Amino acid sequence: MPAAIKKPIRVGLFATCLVDLMRPRIGFATAKLLEDAGCAVEVPAQTCCGQPAFNSGDRKTARELAAQAIEAFEHYDYVVLPSGSCAGQVIVHYPELFAGDAMWEPRARALAAKTFELTAFLSDVLKAMPAARFEGSVTYHDSCSGLRELGIKAQPRKLLAKVEGLSLVEMKDPDVCCGFGGTFCVKYADVSNKIVEKKAANIAASGADTLLAGDLGCLMNMAGKLSREGKQVRVRHIAEVLAGMSDEPAIGEPER
Amino acid sequence: MTQPVNSPQFKENARKALDDAYLQKALARSEKGFIERRKAAVEKLPEYDALRDNARDLKDHILAHLDLYLEAYERNVIATGGHVHWAATAEEANEIIFGICQRLNAKAVAKGKSMISEETGLNSYLEARGIRPIETDLGEYIIQLRGETPSHLIAPALHVTKEQIEADFRRAHTELPPERNLDEPTSLLAEARAMLRDKFLNVEVGITGANFLIAETGSSVIVTNEGNGDLTQTLAKAHIVISSIEKVVPTREDAVTFLRLLARTASGTDLSVYTTFSTGARRDGDPDGPLEYHVVLLDNGRSNMLGGKFQEMLRCIRCGACMNHCPVFHAVGGHAYGWVYPGPMGAVLTPSLVGVEQGGQLPNASTFCGRCEEVCPVRIPLPKLMRNWREREFERHLQPAFARYGLGIWAAFAKRPALYRRATSLAMKFLRLFGGKGRLRALPLASGWTRHRDFPSPQGETFQSLWKKRSGPR
Repeated sequence: MPAAIKKPIRVGLFATCLVDLMRPRIGFATAKLLEDAGCAVEVPAQTCCGQPAFNSGDRKTARELAAQAIEAFEHYDYVVLPSGSCAGQVIVHYPELFAGDAMWEPRARALAAKTFELTAFLSDVLKAMPAARFEGSVTYHDSCSGLRELGIKAQPRKLLAKVEGLSLVEMKDPDVCCGFGGTFCVKYADVSNKIVEKKAANIAASGADTLLAGDLGCLMNMAGKLSREGKQVRVRHIAEVLAGMSDEPAIGEPER
Repeated sequence: MTQPVNSPQFKENARKALDDAYLQKALARSEKGFIERRKAAVEKLPEYDALRDNARDLKDHILAHLDLYLEAYERNVIATGGHVHWAATAEEANEIIFGICQRLNAKAVAKGKSMISEETGLNSYLEARGIRPIETDLGEYIIQLRGETPSHLIAPALHVTKEQIEADFRRAHTELPPERNLDEPTSLLAEARAMLRDKFLNVEVGITGANFLIAETGSSVIVTNEGNGDLTQTLAKAHIVISSIEKVVPTREDAVTFLRLLARTASGTDLSVYTTFSTGARRDGDPDGPLEYHVVLLDNGRSNMLGGKFQEMLRCIRCGACMNHCPVFHAVGGHAYGWVYPGPMGAVLTPSLVGVEQGGQLPNASTFCGRCEEVCPVRIPLPKLMRNWREREFERHLQPAFARYGLGIWAAFAKRPALYRRATSLAMKFLRLFGGKGRLRALPLASGWTRHRDFPSPQGETFQSLWKKRSGPR
């Protein structure tokens, strides 16, 4: 088991901008999960993976930010992100961004090969089974990029199954987009609203008291809608539950 | 006179679509059916994914040698007694078809379903010249009665509820008894059939589209679920096929590869109810069939896509799966896209054919959820192609200034990690001041968000500054 190797695995934690800015506790939950599994976690100076620029058609900026991230993270054994969409940017799109570039393409490919989304890393690489307790029922939303770019579907469920006291209730269409889509949710606010309205209805109909997912953008979108509609569902990143941090305020709840 | 483009108004169109109670009802009713039927059909075919790879490779091969296959196709159409007309533009295609109708003194033409004729605006072109087009596909017939265009590739009247159709039939079919019962969909179908039967017998020209053109035989292939296409093409004096150039396939066997994929992906069936192969005009001894067989091959911008960043879009076989699985299409329907082709395939194809200045909204109106690519039978990387359009727009400064500058400011900070840490740290503390209750109900510059949802307020400090405190200064 990798965790038993004497020299600990050095993991560079790429927190993602949303976690860095909006909800540091997801970063700490991620660090705790990795450390509990025997990794040495480091947080190098970091900004954005470049996905907003890439998806807005600004390839030049996307490449500059990608190069910056490659330089910051390439010397770790592994790089872990608590987000399927930012991990997808590094794993799938960095090599694409530098295709044909003799210097950068190999570096992008090398980084992509050792970069993982958090639940995939815990489940597939570390084969770690975090020991946590959670009283209540949760429903899990499969964020699109993690699901379709990285094939993440079984891993979060496998990890949640080991959490004592937790029962997982599947909502209708867990794999359908929540309408966030990065800048889409502001640029096409009305269309985005219609999509998240359906999502919120499915979440509420599941009867679960907590909604979990692996991407903070989607979570903020769904939490914002549930709260606006007065639906009593708490919203958290899956890392918080796996790390046993569920007694802290949920997304959109006042800090104590 | 091509179909007018209303795509720059996507946002306004979407707003109207969201407020249209009938449309929302129709969309909600159709959403699940397509998805479930496709899923069931695909699960029954273990080699489905291998078939997709095969179809993708075959299309790529065809597109790399399109000129050769088109020439072979033309030779074989002529050899079997047909005529081939090359049309560079929509106008040319319409002129050619009008010319044939005029020569045959046609007052009316029967039409099978054809998206290419929608692209050229053929119906209004013919009407303006005194020729009445009669749509014979049930969905097309319904929208023709309503004066609308199709809102979906294979279900043109997807946006209409059954109740609306009943009202349309009562309004249009005044010769029928008003007390008749039209409660069941089957009674609507029977009534449309009865109304159309006579018309088939009295037209000089039948026009159909083509799902595939077979180079080795010079045949055209259509699939329908009502058999209307067969009547359209066999009963008229002349059968005109209108098709775009990328529909050609090398052999009959290749056509079958695509037919197996098309039916399963589009309607969840092993094969469409009717699959009709047409080769040439009536030969001596044939009991029926048209006396003339014409094929109008439309380019309309497609040859410009060859060898470029959007060539993969030409693999499309028009199954509709991408829109059937698209959250944006589910929310606003097909008409909001503002031209002929809706959904993800339309978001890529429309700017290719009408220009990014006119079609640029569409590839932006996507969450990039990737479900379209996941279900595409010929594996078109639709999100990547939409992103290619966004890059084209960005290079040409076509995006709204606000979005461009907003992103530019963000990028300027993100490229300077030290500055980024200081600035974001301050900004989050500031934002936190207003979000003491855990959420913000209004946020300047983000009203698109807060109009519909609360904005969860930030914890207050950034992860990077808290982490530094935890691990001590280094």
